[in-house]
Amino acid sequence: MTAPRDKFGRPIVVVTGMGIVTSLGGGKTDNWKRLSAGESGIKTVTRFPLDSMKTTMAGAVDFVTVDPFSSTSLSQRLAEIAAEEALEQSGIGSKGDFPGPLFLAVAPIETEWPQRLEVARDVPTKDFGIIEYLATCSGGKFAHFHRRFTFGSVALSLAETFGTKGSPISLSTACASGATAIQLGVEAIRRGETDATLCIATDGSVNPEAMVRFSLLSALSTQNDPPQAASKPFSKNRDGFVMAEGAGALVLESYDAAMARGARILGVVAGCGELTDSFHRTRSAPDGKPAIGCVRKTLADAGMEPEQIDHINAHGTSTPENDKMEYLATSAVFGEHTKNIPVSSNKSMVGHTISAAGAVEAIFSLLTLEHQRIPPTINYEVPDPAIPFDVVGNKARDAKVTAVMSNSFGFGGQNASLILTREPA
Amino acid sequence: MAEKEVWITGVGLLSSLGEGLDTHWDALGAKRVNADEKRLAPYVIHPIAPVSFDAQIPKKGDQRQMEMWQRIGTYAAGLALDSAGVKGNQEILSRMDMIIAAGGGERDLNVDLAIMNADAQGKLPPALLNEKLMNELRPTLFLAQLSNLLAGNIAIVHGVCGTSRTFMGEEAASIDAARIAVARIGAGQSDIALVGAAHNGDRGDLLMLYSFGDFALKDQHTSVWARRNNPGFAIGSAGAFLVMESREHAEARGATPYAKLTKVVADLAKRKQPGAVKQSLQAMWPQLGVNDANAMLITGATGAEPATAEEREFLGQHPGLAVRATGTTFGHTMEAQFPLGLALAALSISRGALYPANDPTGLEVEKTKAPTQIVVLGVGHWQGEGMALVEAVK
Repeated sequence: MTAPRDKFGRPIVVVTGMGIVTSLGGGKTDNWKRLSAGESGIKTVTRFPLDSMKTTMAGAVDFVTVDPFSSTSLSQRLAEIAAEEALEQSGIGSKGDFPGPLFLAVAPIETEWPQRLEVARDVPTKDFGIIEYLATCSGGKFAHFHRRFTFGSVALSLAETFGTKGSPISLSTACASGATAIQLGVEAIRRGETDATLCIATDGSVNPEAMVRFSLLSALSTQNDPPQAASKPFSKNRDGFVMAEGAGALVLESYDAAMARGARILGVVAGCGELTDSFHRTRSAPDGKPAIGCVRKTLADAGMEPEQIDHINAHGTSTPENDKMEYLATSAVFGEHTKNIPVSSNKSMVGHTISAAGAVEAIFSLLTLEHQRIPPTINYEVPDPAIPFDVVGNKARDAKVTAVMSNSFGFGGQNASLILTREPA
Repeated sequence: MAEKEVWITGVGLLSSLGEGLDTHWDALGAKRVNADEKRLAPYVIHPIAPVSFDAQIPKKGDQRQMEMWQRIGTYAAGLALDSAGVKGNQEILSRMDMIIAAGGGERDLNVDLAIMNADAQGKLPPALLNEKLMNELRPTLFLAQLSNLLAGNIAIVHGVCGTSRTFMGEEAASIDAARIAVARIGAGQSDIALVGAAHNGDRGDLLMLYSFGDFALKDQHTSVWARRNNPGFAIGSAGAFLVMESREHAEARGATPYAKLTKVVADLAKRKQPGAVKQSLQAMWPQLGVNDANAMLITGATGAEPATAEEREFLGQHPGLAVRATGTTFGHTMEAQFPLGLALAALSISRGALYPANDPTGLEVEKTKAPTQIVVLGVGHWQGEGMALVEAVK
């Protein structure tokens, strides 16, 4: 099998390293074992008080701790753990010297409540306004908060730790961020700018304000008891997504460069596609056209026909609207072939890792290709008759899988899809 | 494979000076500055000029769903699309790529201050934080704050629907936005793209982050080159957007270019080492291939130290260059710093003149000949450096 270029004459982009952390655990081995066994990482939140909260569970990563706690520091730590695993597997470069750029999907950053309140307790005046508060912010005592809470801070730290080259890019395309990070890496390699990219997506957002914000948009499941049954994609009684934390890291390389250094190829990013939905800030176009267009663009980018896709790793958030729209878009593109495609949503077990989801699910897709086993969609007890997917319900299914489509659809009309294959087409 | 030429065919500007290219050209010619030393005293800010958003955001419902930074950006994006002659052109907009550099949106300062005061007085048990947030945050405020929702609003209001990517990371985000857009168009991965950013400086909540690092300019507005003894940036307000497209694409639709965007380079200097910024600029400069005798330079120098001192040293090695600092006139517009520089460079080239200097220290010198090459320089207040070369189309 030697195919240094794809059918459009572009360098083929392969994956040579993967690292992952989710609520199921750290590392590919643990994650795959628990994911394919249908275990849930969703638990009642213990990180902060739950008074007044409508939703009380999440897929928080509690086995990784940072001190002092902030979602930003946790996001960074999760990214580091995932990247270390990916780099070790890939064997590329040397410690602290990665030979290419960093593309980082990360949640938008701002000063968080514990830190806001720490400053507030230091303000000398009673009933202070913003100007008095700002006076306390300045003077150097809290200078480390500037370093921590600038939008570029996580990428800066990761770029320093891993020695990536050039200006690191932090990006947000909401729930599609992880897929966008991979897409940017693929494009850079296809342009011939670099032989390798480090694509990381991370999210450590389980904090009170983030949970309140999603809750106020009625986006979260409120089926708190038992927590592990809350996320039920494609079920009739689904009622929202479950927030979760995690990180995924991928080393992408050109096929030529990977072969030249004798790297083991874990899979191929055969195609990426993206199409914006301008219908509404949080809802998708009722006709599904943008998602349909996104899936079609991805197939076209990979130079593949719908019939060549034999598994869909769905966005499958478990919100009433997303799952319905995803079926609509998929069936419009795949037609009669839809019923032949086993579909599954990892979010039933790990929850929605938001900014990280696109990368986390790309890694699960690649593990699916490796093991020829499709992880289940758990909590699939009451199938929604309006979504007649061949859902891989409750138990993993062994199947011949050669090409996986992984979808990400997010707030702000962000749609992105990836096609991952075992070998170059 | 030869890279495709990238043209700037649309420019949209809304800032503390007003809206539109003529207004900006006149204000720059008159050395007008709109700084406010009182509203958030002692902090100096440049508030956005009064504008009726209806002209570019016709639905009041859309305006209500946005906070000011998003309105500024959506408005300026509309101006850029108008100026490129593609507004309402469904065929083009449906495949137009978009790269936005964004921070986050306005918080509800009243809610935040009430919580912080309650806590400072010992009246905020942890459980009460949830209750206050649940009861007092407006549900839609989240969407007005999310970084990628500026792009989302531009898609909704103007129909820019090819791809949508939002880069974050202060000044560097917009340098990279331009760099990636140019690389994609150059390589044929994109035909036409909308690139830009928006920033609202009239925000107490935003000053918090910059006060932590003592970056915010206090007391009195001065030229950025005259702040050695009182360093800092006055946060500015601007929406700056550009339509970039391949020469072939522009010619095929009969579009007139303002300028071409020949190159964008970016770096991440290791700033823990003194002199790293200067070294980074010295390393990037030769990559542009410009001649000091011909070139002019528009910088987003912030006035924050030590970055601006190092930039000044770098510029001192190029004494023939005519330099203009946007920071003096517009304040520091953070993510909008670089697209603002690109917009002013394209505008100057299209008007056949560099606007006059506005600097009592004498670093900025007059140059009367028509510009053919303008370097746009961006140095982040604490990380990220970049340069672009904007040239006249031959």
